[in-house]
Amino acid sequence: MVDTTIGAAGVIQPAEVKDVELYHPKSWVTKYVFCQDAKVIAIQYAITALGIGLVALVLSWLIRLQLAFPSSFSAIGPTDYLQFITMHGMIMVIYLLTALFLGGFGNYLIPLMVGARDMVFPYVNMLSYWVYLLAVLVLVASFFMPGGPTGAGWTLYPPQAILSGTPGQDWGIILMLASLILFIIGFTMGGLNYVVTVLQARTRGMTMMRLPLTVWGIFMATVLALLAFPALFVGCVMMLFDRILGTSFFMPAIVEMGQHLKYGGGSPLLFQHLFWFFGHPEVYIVALPAFGIVSDLISTHARKNIFGYRMMVWAIIVIGALSFLVWAHHMYVSGMNPYFGFYFATTTLVIAIPTAIKVYNWVLTLWRGDIHLTVPMLFALSFIVTFVNGGLTGLFLGNPVVDVPLSDTMFVVAHFHMVMGMAPIFVIFGAIYHWYPKVTGRMMNEALGQFHFWVSFLGAYAIYFPMHYLGLLGVPRRYFEMGDMAFIPQSATTLNIFITMAALTVGFAQMVFLFNLIWSLFWGKPAGSNPWRATTLEWQTPETPPGHGNWGKELPVVYRWAYDYSVPGAKEDFVPQNQPPTPRAA
Amino acid sequence: MADAALVDPGIAPARPPGWRGIVTDWSSDQRAFKNVSWGKAMMWIFLLSDTFIFSCFLLSYMTVRMSTTVPWPNPSKVFALHIGGVEIPLILIAIMTFILISSSGTMAMAVNYGYRHDRVKSAVLMLVTAAFGATFVGMQGFEWTKLIMEGVRPWGNPWGADQFGSSFFMITGFHGTHVTIGVIFLIIISRKVLRGDFDREARGFFTSRKGHYEIVEIMGLYWHFVDLVWVFIFALFYLW
Ligand code: HEM
Ligand SMILES: [Cu+2]
Repeated sequence: MVDTTIGAAGVIQPAEVKDVELYHPKSWVTKYVFCQDAKVIAIQYAITALGIGLVALVLSWLIRLQLAFPSSFSAIGPTDYLQFITMHGMIMVIYLLTALFLGGFGNYLIPLMVGARDMVFPYVNMLSYWVYLLAVLVLVASFFMPGGPTGAGWTLYPPQAILSGTPGQDWGIILMLASLILFIIGFTMGGLNYVVTVLQARTRGMTMMRLPLTVWGIFMATVLALLAFPALFVGCVMMLFDRILGTSFFMPAIVEMGQHLKYGGGSPLLFQHLFWFFGHPEVYIVALPAFGIVSDLISTHARKNIFGYRMMVWAIIVIGALSFLVWAHHMYVSGMNPYFGFYFATTTLVIAIPTAIKVYNWVLTLWRGDIHLTVPMLFALSFIVTFVNGGLTGLFLGNPVVDVPLSDTMFVVAHFHMVMGMAPIFVIFGAIYHWYPKVTGRMMNEALGQFHFWVSFLGAYAIYFPMHYLGLLGVPRRYFEMGDMAFIPQSATTLNIFITMAALTVGFAQMVFLFNLIWSLFWGKPAGSNPWRATTLEWQTPETPPGHGNWGKELPVVYRWAYDYSVPGAKEDFVPQNQPPTPRAA
Repeated sequence: MADAALVDPGIAPARPPGWRGIVTDWSSDQRAFKNVSWGKAMMWIFLLSDTFIFSCFLLSYMTVRMSTTVPWPNPSKVFALHIGGVEIPLILIAIMTFILISSSGTMAMAVNYGYRHDRVKSAVLMLVTAAFGATFVGMQGFEWTKLIMEGVRPWGNPWGADQFGSSFFMITGFHGTHVTIGVIFLIIISRKVLRGDFDREARGFFTSRKGHYEIVEIMGLYWHFVDLVWVFIFALFYLW
């Protein structure tokens, strides 16, 4: 599919709308703080997300320390433990991964990759960040309120989430719900921008089927988010009312400490449905951008066109659509009609088909490629391995009969950390190493990067492989300590200590990464405008880092797809998307 | 900024009719929806997302209505008014519905006059729409007061399931907020229309983008949506 003739899709159309005139910041404040430029907003999003993510990382150390050395830390009580896992899970999933992929990479890459000057509504885009920041601050505030943050588990299941047995009943849960509501409002403002920019603001010659897969992944993830977050929004609003006003949307008649509460008649299952109608698409909200980015990393660093581009696009679309039909596979143990179990198991397993197509296509892209084992490439490869690994255990858990005994054990923890914890995080790292030169003009340090990669990758396996085994033994999830349950052998304790050591080592590697981020800003090798010799538009900007308005005077015109690597007969082993075809020798 | 790009329907290349035309548009460059400006596209997609919010609210209400073990109060009794000695069920709600639907009509006319740059007519019609909207919210306020006086609370009521009050206040409250926001924006925009901001393409205070009459139509999209949602609330909450 070497799309070099102009004839194929007709002549490049003239511009349908006039070029935009951008808002020009007049002061330092409007240039760097209340900035409307998507690139600055992206960096603001990324720094905030990494900052709050660091909190979640530290929490994971505390969780692990407690699990390895129960009753050695007087500072960590059962209450604290529940609060730690809750905040760790929620921050990682929502405030780190979602915000970084969509708010961070979405903002930076979409306008550049589709050849636009900025997002379509920069002002709304700016608000999006500030509302997100507010959501993060409200979340952080819950650590300092009397009673501390909520310990309801990141799934926030009622009735327990708002009863006095759960830590953070005073303020924690209220601030958690408020923060989520704010996050959703903020995200919606940004998300509308991303979708409209991709649909309506592409440059001349940029058809949907010439978009880099990164844009496809982020675009589809944003669509999912715009349709899935409403369910969470409604769930949060109703739970907030249950907690503050004493309504009973989710609360059945209930006895607490021997006392009849005033609740009655609500449906706890309703919340689970709302939560997972959001929760499952959420998995793909972080997975689809990862899919897209990995495709581009692999193609660039293996100097080969992506295998089966059209199939890749359709797989993204089909996965996105199917992800709305499977939510109740998280509720096999909540009690439901067996026929529903059958339906949800079937749809869950069907998703494996488009997903497998993607994995095969990545492997076929690598096949006989000119593979450069750069740090971004290593992370991309580790994503494939880790994702397949987590996907396979997902097939186990998708079957009700297998899921019921494994549910709420460490097996589940291992599964989702593989598939939506480690795998997308690896892509985030890979993407940061890949695009850092464009954002800052300097390369990140390669040696430190290699160190970061190997420790994180091997470490992730050292952490989560044993957890599968613990889960099969029946070690439950969200337990402060095991006590002496007869079915848990002594060796499990040893294993737990091993896992914790691995987790702390991986944690240390992240510090090296942060150091590298800052060090390279000042002392990294100057990168030039296109260090990876990549084809996509963001590498063809007149300035590096790209200036205000991205493209100087003239918008780029696109003549080909994003994957013209190693084209036979071409001068270089890559042909940028905006390079006009050479007229055929007559 | 973006002035032109924002509203300019632009040149739409000729395309085959029907489905093949849609496929042609989607496989073309630059824009998937030809002749649709950025602002309109954004409003449509927002409304799609908002549809999901309202659907979740309504589905949740139906779920709790089924999950509760206590009988549901009879809406046509609860929402009846004593007028001249007779009890007329749902009379207030019927009037509210009528008002809101009429406001859609005035809104549509405002859009039409806006595009003809008929400043005064457009602005007046928008203000009429806003007045209808405000009346609707006022009557909703009356309804709330009446129910509250009769002892309905979000957490309970004299006639049956607690969830009746919870759902009522939550759903009508959320819808009423939408109407109120709409009224506020109608007033702001009609003021701009009247001042001739859109003839001068004056820049917005916050966004510093040039204004266009198209904003009237975008406002209209939102307004019609809010009306449409009310029809569903009416059918599912009051008539069921
Ligand atoms: C170094 C990295 C990490 C370590 C060592 C770690 C460790 C843990 C542990 C030990 C638990 C649960 C313990 C229990 O159930 O008792 C947990 C829970 C969880 N983690 Fe992580 N984690 C890491 C990174 C991540 C990432 C990147 C994500 C993003 C998806 C994530 C998402 C979650 C979620 C959603 C939970 C469940 C919380 C709950 O049960 O409510 N974690 N983590
Ligand atoms: Cu799922």
